[in-house]
Amino acid sequence: MACERWREQLDAYVDGELPRPDADALYSHLRECAACAAEALERVQMKRSVAVAGLRYQPGVAFREKVRKSIASNQGTNRRWAWMILAVPALSVLVVSIVVYMAADRDKARRHRVYSELADLHVSALASASPVDVVSTDRHTVKPWFAGKIPFTFNLPELQGTDFTLVGGRVTYLEQTPGAQLIYQIRKHEISVFIFQDRADQTLTATSTPINALSFNAENWSQNGLRYYVMGDVSATDIQALSELLRSAK
Amino acid sequence: MEVPDRSLPATTFEDLALPLFDQLYNFAHWLTQDKSEAEDLVQETYVKALRGFSSFQLGTNFRAWIFRILRNSFLSSRTGLKTTVEFDEEEHTAASSEADSSPEQLLLERADRDLVQQSLAALPVHHREILLLCDVEEMRYQEIAETLGIPIGTVMSRLSRARRALRRSLQEDLRGKSHGV
Repeated sequence: MACERWREQLDAYVDGELPRPDADALYSHLRECAACAAEALERVQMKRSVAVAGLRYQPGVAFREKVRKSIASNQGTNRRWAWMILAVPALSVLVVSIVVYMAADRDKARRHRVYSELADLHVSALASASPVDVVSTDRHTVKPWFAGKIPFTFNLPELQGTDFTLVGGRVTYLEQTPGAQLIYQIRKHEISVFIFQDRADQTLTATSTPINALSFNAENWSQNGLRYYVMGDVSATDIQALSELLRSAK
Repeated sequence: MEVPDRSLPATTFEDLALPLFDQLYNFAHWLTQDKSEAEDLVQETYVKALRGFSSFQLGTNFRAWIFRILRNSFLSSRTGLKTTVEFDEEEHTAASSEADSSPEQLLLERADRDLVQQSLAALPVHHREILLLCDVEEMRYQEIAETLGIPIGTVMSRLSRARRALRRSLQEDLRGKSHGV
């Protein structure tokens, strides 16, 4: 059939899917071919009939409302979950922050208590008629003196060439734990060095950065299982200098 | 028929899905041929679509996406499984144009909406659905291809066969009608 190739394009033509050049060519043919024009007209009519007849079923009002509510509630649930998804990390951050803050706060309170106690020990020792139990400027005398009196041993620095002088030492207690208190002197100012066993539950989170506690400058650090505190009414520089000497003691 | 403007950044599922409610229901009823099953199918479609909405990419064709969900749900339903979805494209090609009646004969019956509906309902599902998507939903071939998950070439050939089958069905109905009168 001569018109076969045109007929094959009719569906795409009536559906508006035929590319422009092909559509134009087909249109020209339809103007000349009555049979194809009639066929095209029928297909257009069929398409319209299906479009009209196809719109047959309408959902009921109750069903429409049911689905609408179902979507709304499900979306609500999703939104609540979405809120939770967003909220949980935020809450976690908040909780962690609070815990960290509380821990920091607890730490701060404990540090304050420890330094208060150390300041008391320092002041009371200096106010005492006998501030030290072992009076010696020689570290080799002071260190052995503690043997058997405290449950650990430690090294003291060589002070030659420095402004520091060792005055002596005494046994002391911090939070019911025995330790050593050494008193050093620099330009007529006394500095207490406290040494205790470093217990995990008592470890202060403070770094070795000098701090100011109750008008005393102080520094603490942990070394070889021991916790050192250096405290005195001297400058932070002096505290740091003595701390450095102690840290490097062999 | 209004097609939601997909160029707009509609954000919620509700915004996209609810305007298609009537169309989905009509399509579902045509597939199931039963009101109750159509309602179940539409409801199931909305539940599945909402659940899978996060995987839908905004800016792509939502209508094709949700119609595909409905169709797949139908095909996996009891009625859908019972329906012989015959995809043999050659099955109905035997009837050639010489068997068709003259265009004039069909034009005379164009107002017979019931007859067209009857013929549509009698078509195999794969012919019925593609005619509904093309002529009722006014989907482009590309959209039909996405909905049915077939290539555009298959859309064209299946559509052509579906129309031929509908025409044949109408002719038979018309003959029966004229003989009966």
